[in-house]
Amino acid sequence: METKRKRNQIIGDIVGLFFTVVIFLIPFYFMFVQSIKSKKEANRLSIAWPTELHFENYIEVVKHGNYQLVTAFKNSGLLTLFTVLGLLLTGAMAGYVIQRRKGKLMTAIQSTIMLGLMIPASILPTIRMLQSMGIYKTMFSMVMIEIALQTPFTIMLYRGFMASIPVDLEEAASIDGCSRWQIFSKIIFPLLKPIQATIIILVGVQTFNDFTNPLYFLPGAANTTVQLTLYNYKGQLANTYNLLFADIIIITVPMLILFLIFNKRIVAGMVAGAVKG
Amino acid sequence: MTKTKEKSLYSVWFVVPSLVIFLVFFLWPVISSLYYSMTVWNFETATFNGLENYKLFFTDPAMSTSVPHTLLYAFATSGLKVVLAFFIAIFLTSSIKSKDFIRSAVFFPNLVSTMAVGLTFAYMMHPTKGLLNVVIKGVTGSGVDFLGNPSTALWSIIATDVWKGLSISVVIYIAGIQSIDQSYYEAASIDGANWWQQITNVTLPLVAPAQNSIIILSLIGGLRTFDLIWAMTGGGPGFATDVLASVIYKQYAAGFYGLSTAGNVVMLVLISVIAFPLQHFLNKREEAIR
Repeated sequence: METKRKRNQIIGDIVGLFFTVVIFLIPFYFMFVQSIKSKKEANRLSIAWPTELHFENYIEVVKHGNYQLVTAFKNSGLLTLFTVLGLLLTGAMAGYVIQRRKGKLMTAIQSTIMLGLMIPASILPTIRMLQSMGIYKTMFSMVMIEIALQTPFTIMLYRGFMASIPVDLEEAASIDGCSRWQIFSKIIFPLLKPIQATIIILVGVQTFNDFTNPLYFLPGAANTTVQLTLYNYKGQLANTYNLLFADIIIITVPMLILFLIFNKRIVAGMVAGAVKG
Repeated sequence: MTKTKEKSLYSVWFVVPSLVIFLVFFLWPVISSLYYSMTVWNFETATFNGLENYKLFFTDPAMSTSVPHTLLYAFATSGLKVVLAFFIAIFLTSSIKSKDFIRSAVFFPNLVSTMAVGLTFAYMMHPTKGLLNVVIKGVTGSGVDFLGNPSTALWSIIATDVWKGLSISVVIYIAGIQSIDQSYYEAASIDGANWWQQITNVTLPLVAPAQNSIIILSLIGGLRTFDLIWAMTGGGPGFATDVLASVIYKQYAAGFYGLSTAGNVVMLVLISVIAFPLQHFLNKREEAIR
């Protein structure tokens, strides 16, 4: 019995690793290996290791189009930073009160915001509205749109997590004379750290990797984001796959670093949000 | 806790920032789209023309075929994710030694942008040089033009979507499976249930809340899909892979703003008539199990 179980486990490991490598890792190897080939070799699109290593592809793609990629990194970085910070604060405040207070008003507010999980954004009326407010093609409006689109999911995660924090804490703090804002900022907000790690990675990846929304709401060369450079290079660099894949690698690395920092938190956060919520 | 205490502790004002941003930058445009979809407009002036945009939308095959494509795409990706992710999650919550490594590897595609995944797979599916065709040619002698052939193009994008999106479903399933009390399994195994019976009679029903999240999230994601299609085929060949979101973009780029907005409203209605009843049904099912 015991030896049979051990044998099954080893077979499971081997089969699992085999399929993981073939299905999930080969595409990444494919991306990387193209990015360090010469132009001629990369155009064959094979997975063979390059005869010569060409790491200068990375420098070349950064220089391409008058350092467009640098501008794009600055824009995507700012967009992601402000969206994450904005959602961490506004989402926590809303999720806290929505979870704690009952009553018709709160139910109505919650149902309204949760509509955003289902229904799609209306793109052209949004552009029209931004134009009339005079903020179309600005970083501010782009951040607001990203926050608006990701508010329902963020509140859902916060609300689910709030349910595990005992109410006694707030009552004790209130007796000790803390104001409502102090109770939230000094006592509750620091306790939300575990779910905030989940939100940072999910919102961060979503915003940094967003293609569609910047395509509509942030057009123009000076406003370009990393995903749009990739889309533009697809046309401009049609026969230089090595540079195209170098771009892919460069814009993926920041998310990889974020993942390595917050890896352990992802499942824990999902337990709180998607399952209990 | 009493009502007054609730009010004195939790200020409604805390909800205001989220609510205002949501109403202004999301909900108001959605509501005004109902009007703009019935106009000819160029952002400055809008002329009401009734249901003309909708008529045109449903009679021109370049646009109307996007509806069945969208439905096929959404149901196929969602169905595949729900089934495949379940078995991967079962595998990754067992006593396998390499599970941490595999879990990270499966999550990996989620970090890469859809645009990058789309381009990479489009090149791997290249009709003559692509990696997949090199393998297929080695076995069968002739390659497949995955994205160039109208009958395989949409399914090729569906497969890519599943590859990329599987990880979130796996993570949600793992979270659900881990929150199942071990005593259920102990009781089942005392009653003589084998491994498979434990999965179908304990894991599957108790993982229902997680499964419902996956069904809803992946279905809605599929109905809204745009960037993967845009990266891989741009809606082609012909209109073979055009979905609602790509039609919305194409009509916008062509300057037909009213028509584009009508497409947006069609998507809104389609998602509403599918997602709301489905969620109601799934919640009922969840209650019935408990």
